[in-house]
Amino acid sequence: MSKKTTKTTNNEWSLLNQIKRSKTSYIMLAPYFILFFLFTILPVITSIVFSFTNFNMLELPEFVGWDNYIRLLLDDDIFKTAIRNTLIFAVITGPVSYFMCLIFAWIINEFKGKVRALLTLIFYAPSISGNAFVIWLIILSGDRYGYLNGFLMRWDFISEPILWLKTEKYVLPLLIIVQLWLSLGTGFLTFIAGLQTVDKTLYEAAAVDGVKNRWQELFYVTLPSMKPQLMFGAVMQITQSFAVADISIQLAGNPSINYAGTTIVTHLLDFGTFRYEMGYSSAIASVLFLFMIGTNKLVQRLLRKVGS
Amino acid sequence: MKRDYSKPKKRLFHRQKTLNRSMAGNLTLFLFMAVCGVFMVLPLIMVVNNALKPLDELFRYPPKIFVRNPEFDNFSDLFVLMSNSWVPLSRYILNTVIITGGGTIGHVLFASLAAYPLAKHNFPGKNILFKIVVLSLMFSWQVTQIPNYMIISWLGINNTYLAVILPAFAYGLGLYLIKQFMEQIPDSLVESARLDGANEYRIFWAIIMPNVKPAWLTLAVLQFQSMWGNTGSTYLRSEQLKPLQYALQQIVNSGPARQGAAAVVTFIIAAIPITFFIICQSSIIETMTTSGMKE
Repeated sequence: MSKKTTKTTNNEWSLLNQIKRSKTSYIMLAPYFILFFLFTILPVITSIVFSFTNFNMLELPEFVGWDNYIRLLLDDDIFKTAIRNTLIFAVITGPVSYFMCLIFAWIINEFKGKVRALLTLIFYAPSISGNAFVIWLIILSGDRYGYLNGFLMRWDFISEPILWLKTEKYVLPLLIIVQLWLSLGTGFLTFIAGLQTVDKTLYEAAAVDGVKNRWQELFYVTLPSMKPQLMFGAVMQITQSFAVADISIQLAGNPSINYAGTTIVTHLLDFGTFRYEMGYSSAIASVLFLFMIGTNKLVQRLLRKVGS
Repeated sequence: MKRDYSKPKKRLFHRQKTLNRSMAGNLTLFLFMAVCGVFMVLPLIMVVNNALKPLDELFRYPPKIFVRNPEFDNFSDLFVLMSNSWVPLSRYILNTVIITGGGTIGHVLFASLAAYPLAKHNFPGKNILFKIVVLSLMFSWQVTQIPNYMIISWLGINNTYLAVILPAFAYGLGLYLIKQFMEQIPDSLVESARLDGANEYRIFWAIIMPNVKPAWLTLAVLQFQSMWGNTGSTYLRSEQLKPLQYALQQIVNSGPARQGAAAVVTFIIAAIPITFFIICQSSIIETMTTSGMKE
């Protein structure tokens, strides 16, 4: 269809022609994209529009201009904590889990058969185990029945149980550890798949060209061959680490002790689902969106340099 | 140094006999993986063990990871609890099958159908559509939750299965993933099918889909897991329509008296998506046939 030559009389006419000729393509796109616009694009646009209003779901929205954003950036101390926490969280878990995904996928690829299948399962299972991370509530439980307290006390590291998730200085580091445990997800799986699509003859060619060890092989052959997967993994990792909320709410509560586990999304959920301040909540969402786009642009620029 | 390449040797490591692999390196990697593997798998082992612990072991001090006298009382407790509930257990299971099954199959099908023209056709608007999808990956679902609710009410599908299933069709992730894989299929394959007189739908169904099986199985696993985790609490008001996940969570939230049942719930919630992954795993990981078809 696409390969047929077009008689161009003038530009507009040929565009119309092209559209007519691509009828099949559009029909195939339609079911997905109708739903996509309805449930992804439209909500995003609505959310951005609401961010300029006061809206409580009961009365009609009232236009307030930049008020929500001004209040958010100047008056909201908890939002500052939320941004700080989210940034600490994202800066640590983002790159660390990205490299974990890559390194583990790469090492697993060196094994074969049953061992590889087993290792893939071990590393991938936590991220698909649904709510199983609530097991960490038992591990980190603040009384002496908690596993961590129990073991530390038995080995005499501490004499009193520590309230892990109710002590300000422990909350964020512990959330980071649990997030790392959970984070070998989509990115990890695409890396494993990507590694297998690398053309095997490239390695032989590289060996002839003087590549000496597996590290050089990784950097000069493997990584440049799987750029699309690297890019995709990065996008997923960034979204995951910026949008963290579930584990914070489940492990530390919302609001957490002195807001030590508050992130941008828990703050957003607080206003959206408990206080019914949709306008304000939407403004938080828009700020988060800008954050993510900015970071992604930055990371894409970095990734373009791989192997070049 | 000469080696005999003709003899196939059974070895733990891949490609080792040919290129750039040292024994010391292998050993280091093996140890490294072992340590990290223990960290990853230990909490899940605890989930399994807790489900098998009798009550006195669950509340034991100091706590032990492994169960001493395993028993299935917790499972039967949970079963009794569930069968005494107002809505029968079978109804919750049916709801879950409809929601999870419908959401997974529909998403995989629609996303693949849309990915094919994006990967292999040329038409006006192609690039902009794909760019929007990529951009949408950066929008997490919590952010669109509230407007989504309003759109669903406006469509009048609130409190029906559709309210949970339809939005699940529309994630950007699936389309992106599957389009990338479809691009690896050589154009010549599609061209030759066209010359043989196959129409686009036939090419999609008989040639493209079988060749991207690992991709859509991966997608199915991801989607299954997210649909299975859906409690439907925002959109489904009737108890009759709620999925199993919701019923299970109610038991976890009902307090320390049901610790045993709660431990089993955690186990079931984790075990089902992991089992689904194990079933699909060999296809996802081992049969990357597309790599053998480069032009």
